[in-house]
Amino acid sequence: MSLEEPEPEDGAVEVLPTAGDEIAELLGDLVVDREEHVNAPGFVIRPDAVQETLTRLRDEAGFDHLSCVTAEEREDRYESIYHLTSFDDRQREVSVVVPAPKDDPVSESAEPVFRTADWHEREAYDLIGVEYDDHPDLRRILLPDTWQGHPLSENYDQDRPQIVTLSEWENPLAEDHREEEGDTMYVNIGPHHPATHGVLHVKTVLDGEQVADVDPDIGYLHRCEEQMCQTKTYRHQIMPYPDRWDYASSGLLNEWAYARAAEDLNDIDVPEYAQIIRTMGAEFCRIASHMLAVGTFALDVYGDFTAIFMYAMRDREKVQKVLEDLTGQRMMFNYFRLGGVVWDLPEPREEFFETIRDFLDDLPEALEEYHDLITSNEILQARTIDTGVLPPEVAKSYGATGPVARGSGIDYDLRRDDPYGYYDELEWDVITEDGCDNFSRLLVRLREVEESAKIIEQCVDLLEDWPEEERTIQSNVPRTLRPEDDTEIYRAVEAAKGELGIYIRADGTEKPGRFKIRSPCFSNLQTLPEMSAGEYIPDMVASLGSLDIVLGEVDR
Amino acid sequence: MSSERDKPFVTDDTQVQTATRDARMTGSGADNRFNSKLREAFGSSPFILTKFDQFMNWVRGSSMFMLQFGIACCSIEMMHTYSVKHDLDRFAAGVPRASPRQADVIIVPGTIVSKFAPRMKRVYDQMPEPKFVVGMGSCTISGGPFQEGYNVIKGAEEVIPVDIHVPGCPPRPEALIYGVAKLQQRIAEGESSPVTVKPYELEQFDDLERDEVVDKLAEQIDEEDLVMRYNWADSP
Ligand code: SF4
Repeated sequence: MSLEEPEPEDGAVEVLPTAGDEIAELLGDLVVDREEHVNAPGFVIRPDAVQETLTRLRDEAGFDHLSCVTAEEREDRYESIYHLTSFDDRQREVSVVVPAPKDDPVSESAEPVFRTADWHEREAYDLIGVEYDDHPDLRRILLPDTWQGHPLSENYDQDRPQIVTLSEWENPLAEDHREEEGDTMYVNIGPHHPATHGVLHVKTVLDGEQVADVDPDIGYLHRCEEQMCQTKTYRHQIMPYPDRWDYASSGLLNEWAYARAAEDLNDIDVPEYAQIIRTMGAEFCRIASHMLAVGTFALDVYGDFTAIFMYAMRDREKVQKVLEDLTGQRMMFNYFRLGGVVWDLPEPREEFFETIRDFLDDLPEALEEYHDLITSNEILQARTIDTGVLPPEVAKSYGATGPVARGSGIDYDLRRDDPYGYYDELEWDVITEDGCDNFSRLLVRLREVEESAKIIEQCVDLLEDWPEEERTIQSNVPRTLRPEDDTEIYRAVEAAKGELGIYIRADGTEKPGRFKIRSPCFSNLQTLPEMSAGEYIPDMVASLGSLDIVLGEVDR
Repeated sequence: MSSERDKPFVTDDTQVQTATRDARMTGSGADNRFNSKLREAFGSSPFILTKFDQFMNWVRGSSMFMLQFGIACCSIEMMHTYSVKHDLDRFAAGVPRASPRQADVIIVPGTIVSKFAPRMKRVYDQMPEPKFVVGMGSCTISGGPFQEGYNVIKGAEEVIPVDIHVPGCPPRPEALIYGVAKLQQRIAEGESSPVTVKPYELEQFDDLERDEVVDKLAEQIDEEDLVMRYNWADSP
């Protein structure tokens, strides 16, 4: 929680309430009680005052980003926590805690204030069992409709049998057109379809060639990641799992999300040397991830295993080679440890640096090729410019982050706005594009690769000259970690797809009491209906590709 | 199937009756799903048939159409196996088909969860015979790192028969190529997997044994809908 004053905008000096007391004053008697979370002040409010509180915080205090909604069941109550922050100043944070009684867990929905709450609250209902009044469409989101019970609630019996149906889906708009001559057609895209990047099911209704209604149906890869983390110990057992959230090679970025939250929760310092290694590794992961995004996007637009896809894979192989040298694994790195990294750079170091420098030297030429093949190709431009338009206000309301937000001109990047690792010591820029369309998102990714390369280069320079006796890769961390009962933290990092946040509530044992993952893809995917309503169906597929979702992270 | 509910691992195959399984279990020795039409045409001239069988099996093994089927993390490594550097095409197995109706081999690359299993079964059923399955990664063997999850099927073999298991999390592309090569070898020799038990089949809802869960869902699910029933307590 920073106490800095936000920058004045447009010349007018505007001081937004940031400190706990100021916010408490703003909220007045809406506040029933106060809590202190590690990252932000928490305000307990009544379950029927959610909309009023959030509206006031958004309009009068500038908290315009509902980052995450965490629900959990406690001994005596249910709780929904709204983690708010601001796109202009990420370090201003506030948590709004909404308790609901055990026997009747109902609270007011935040959906009218922040569109992103729609899916977040459906997830809370699905997994925990909290119900939201005034929610437009409260049904299960991750688990099948016929599921019995709420698996992350306290008395869930994991052994009870379940039945899942394989039935035909219905056209939700069938009624609308009955008497007219025009008719709508219902198309299932997925869950097994090459254009959906995994096991996503997009329920699409077409009116002619145009998309009349689209509803992404997720949960085909819901692997119980949160349950897995809640049943593992902080020190070593959780770390392998983040690799598998966003598995498109963003392993280290995800590990960093967990490492950052757990380190802040346990007051662990990370040696500077390890931070540089982390930063370098993470940027390699970002390059690999963006390469895959670009390659598969070209696949979506051109529709075959074309040269671009192969080029992207070629460059990914190079990155994976470096990462394999560094971590010993091609994809599931498990390289970070709380308080550092598991081992030092591989010996001989010169050879390792040489490989990296070779890669960096070749990169500008490779990127040139991509620009020749993709961005300056008229066909691709015709397909992507001005399609899938996502205006910045809409993106904000849906909690879109990462390249999707930056492609809509939102200047928001956690590496700069809420610095961690070694980023604030290095020279690099946050990339934004104002086109708000599929093309801008593609361009942002390609240009971010350049920035990542810049960061890596500086890291290599630093690492090369690092004195041998100061190469500490881990700080001293106790064998078992038992954070104090009831400490709560929400921390995020800039993963390849956007803001990847982790909420942890400690319960005094060596395992988290509640572990919640805020996945950037989950929020980004929510914008799909907004982007593709009224567009042609191939443009919808292109928009889906430009969002660059990874289902492992959407469904967790 | 329903009488087996309390016995998860039935190996006595006289008791289990399922469509896919029946197709595989008829006949003995070399799998006679191969070449049945030719057998009819040639009648009983053993010499030509043996040679022809061998030839056909060699052809089959040397030209495999893979289903383009991505599930989870392993599918990223699968993509790498198909593309530059590893290039599965060198081993006559690199033509990914988007439609199951054109594919011979399905690589199952990832974790299968309750919502997806019926769909995967459907995709498998849509493939023409003879068809083969490569299970890629620990998840398709046992559920892998997510085995304890409330929503995770403990291995692909609970749903469809698997010919080759490639262990690893994820297996390296080299390992997958080795697995595919092994499969080709087996096909060329005319073998396919002995089918062990698949506890989870698609059934009509009104065929399920009535119990508490079924009664509860009776309002929600149409009698004729296909359903898959998971008995988690019996899972390994
Ligand atoms: S085996 Fe490992 S890499 Fe493969 S899908 Fe499962 S968790 Fe992912």
